[in-house]
Amino acid sequence: MDLDPVFLSRLQFAFVISFHIIFPAFTIGLAAWLATIEGARLATGNALYRRVFDFWLKVFAVSFGMGVVTGIVMAFQFGTNWGVLAQKTGSIQGPLLGYEAFTAFLLEATFFGVMLLGRQRVSPRFYFFACCMVSLGTMFSSFWILANNSWMQVPLGHVIVDGKIIPADWWSIVTGPIMRVRWPHMLLAAFLTTGMCVAATGAWYVLRDVHRAEARVMLNWGLGLVAVLIPIQLFFGHLTGLYVLKHQPAKFAAIEARWKTQQPASEVLIAIPDEAAERNRFAIEIPKLGSFIASGNWTAREIGLEGFPAEDRPPVLVPFFGFRLMVGMGLIMLAVSWVGNFLRFRGQLETARWFLWGTFLAFPTGFIAILTGWYTAEVGRQPWVVYGLLRTKDAVTPSLTSGDVLFSLTGYVLVYAVFVSFGVYYIYKLLREGPTVDGKAIPGATGNRPLAFADTAKSATGVGLHRGG
Amino acid sequence: MEPSNLALFWAAVLACSVLLYVILDGFDLGVGVLFGLTKNETHRASMMDAIAPFWDGNETWLVVVGAGLFAAFPDVYAVFLGAFYLPVLLMLFGLIFRGIAFEFRYRSERMRRVWDGGLFLGSIVVAFVQGAALGAMIRGIPVVNGQYAGSPVGWLHPFAILTGIGLVLGYALLGAGWLVLKSEGELRDWAYRRIRWLTFGVLAALFLAFTLTFDYSILVRSNLQERPWGFAFPALGVAALAGILIGARKKRDGLPFSMTVLFFVAAFLSLGVMFWPYMIPYSITVVDAAAPDASLGFLFYGGVVVLPVIAIYTIGVYWVFRGKVSKGTGSQ
Repeated sequence: MDLDPVFLSRLQFAFVISFHIIFPAFTIGLAAWLATIEGARLATGNALYRRVFDFWLKVFAVSFGMGVVTGIVMAFQFGTNWGVLAQKTGSIQGPLLGYEAFTAFLLEATFFGVMLLGRQRVSPRFYFFACCMVSLGTMFSSFWILANNSWMQVPLGHVIVDGKIIPADWWSIVTGPIMRVRWPHMLLAAFLTTGMCVAATGAWYVLRDVHRAEARVMLNWGLGLVAVLIPIQLFFGHLTGLYVLKHQPAKFAAIEARWKTQQPASEVLIAIPDEAAERNRFAIEIPKLGSFIASGNWTAREIGLEGFPAEDRPPVLVPFFGFRLMVGMGLIMLAVSWVGNFLRFRGQLETARWFLWGTFLAFPTGFIAILTGWYTAEVGRQPWVVYGLLRTKDAVTPSLTSGDVLFSLTGYVLVYAVFVSFGVYYIYKLLREGPTVDGKAIPGATGNRPLAFADTAKSATGVGLHRGG
Repeated sequence: MEPSNLALFWAAVLACSVLLYVILDGFDLGVGVLFGLTKNETHRASMMDAIAPFWDGNETWLVVVGAGLFAAFPDVYAVFLGAFYLPVLLMLFGLIFRGIAFEFRYRSERMRRVWDGGLFLGSIVVAFVQGAALGAMIRGIPVVNGQYAGSPVGWLHPFAILTGIGLVLGYALLGAGWLVLKSEGELRDWAYRRIRWLTFGVLAALFLAFTLTFDYSILVRSNLQERPWGFAFPALGVAALAGILIGARKKRDGLPFSMTVLFFVAAFLSLGVMFWPYMIPYSITVVDAAAPDASLGFLFYGGVVVLPVIAIYTIGVYWVFRGKVSKGTGSQ
């Protein structure tokens, strides 16, 4: 693993996109959550829902703002570090990512502003409509990202002309069979992430004995939503595994740490894969289960990594552990949400402190699952950047030197350490304080300055602090 | 070979977006530069107030340019970002730091000096690298097989430094015009005093850059010979500079900013006449770089819906926050 521009550029991309994705994923879930709770308020007229809404709206605004800023960096990464990729596949990836930007702009320019600042200016029904449109908008934004990435995983609908990969059939590029599985998988992941955060925040308040009424709403709704969504997510996860098996057998073998082709194949539950020796250390395996998981019968032959030329094999460690961490997080969510609903049924939800602690500590499960899931998908796609069409090592900007990328990577690490830690700190502060103040619009804030909601301020520009106005 | 209608459409969209970006983010970057030239906290607060509702939206056009280039002219996107790896990095860092400084300078007394420094430095760096990139493009950047083939600091030439400084001064001039337009009293007088020497600075940098370009570039000379009407644009630019000075002397608050905008439009059109049909001078034309019509057509539907909406929204924001800020129509 040399510190060559390819490796460093991959590291840099992984770094900036990891910091980016946690915000949009949180935002997609929060938008849906806000629309849900506003709908519940409209249906029941319960003022408590309004306080919960106003509180999460501020978290949503800051998270949205963080997503926009870290997203601007992403808009340039493809060209700065992956020049050959941009040149060869730009006519497909460019429009897909362009549509993502368009969707986000459209959202910011229309309903987002209404949602943040327009409560007093529009009717309750229209306000609810605006919340739904913002939620839809965030989902459409992720649609284009997933369409683009799904095309990189399983390219469809293209032709190759003069070495460039150009679109032939947009319908199959945008709505390929893979996309239909992966987009719901991502949306559910976002909903679950937010559901866990909402529940954990509620648990936190109950443990501290503050905001009890709001905390109950958060606990009940968060745990309820997660309990319903997690089985659906497990199903879509299964479908995602099937597409990997069908279209990317090498990735599948890496996830399973299956070095040799076996019949019947065993399932490696946990092990330490040794890539140099091409075998697993300390493996705990269950015979025949591997065949059943992949093929649905107990005797099928399953291909191992040895069945692929060395230059076509993905790394094993990251997909293997990434996948297991993701599934583990899913199982924790399943346990927390179902136990929680059982306790609620018995009327013990707010007195079982051990459970509240568990729920509180489970707040990052969704984020961890999203990151490890993406690492599995992306590292497992290696050595290809566009599967079967363009290798990662051939996609990097040819003029880049290791020094350039080392410099930029260090810069990103430093800048993000400052920027993201401030953002996370303000989100933490909002959460810690809880629903204390009414979510009044901050004067001077506009729809495209959501970070102005990061803290309580007299005005968005601080002018009031200087001129008493 | 002639570019297709779709390629022309997207080239026009991108040209308009670049111009809009330069003018809109230009004035708030310029205010950021001027921000560092005063220690007066009341002035600083009013400066922030004058750009607060706008600056974030102004940067939207930069993303339109980035996303649009990737989608419609992927070759230009790849070459430009490869050639300007370090400047683009510095620009992004500058923009991020400006963003943080903006949001956090009122929330922390202790850290304010750091945020204020970030705002000033961030603005200067962003303005400088944008100008330097323009200068490096005018000199030409080496391209082999559709990829940048030079060194990571190939852009850092004295000519690029000249254009970089020129753009810092130009943005500061836009910023001073904006402050005159949006403020009253002491700050307005302060800004008026800066306009004079900024105008002369811009004129000097521009005259030098134009002469050097004319001397250096065969393409520019032949293009201007073929299109002698093109000399109208530099002339318009000089006239606009004169208009700024007149506006500043007569204290007509709207004139300096509008004349500076006119000056930027004239400079932009001059560049267009000098370099069309090249997108990366001397190596990549609109035809070379355009994505196939299948891509441009697919993107077209999104563009005709979204771009007018952003434009209307932008106009709406400027309308809502019109007028002088201290009269209370601004942020209140």
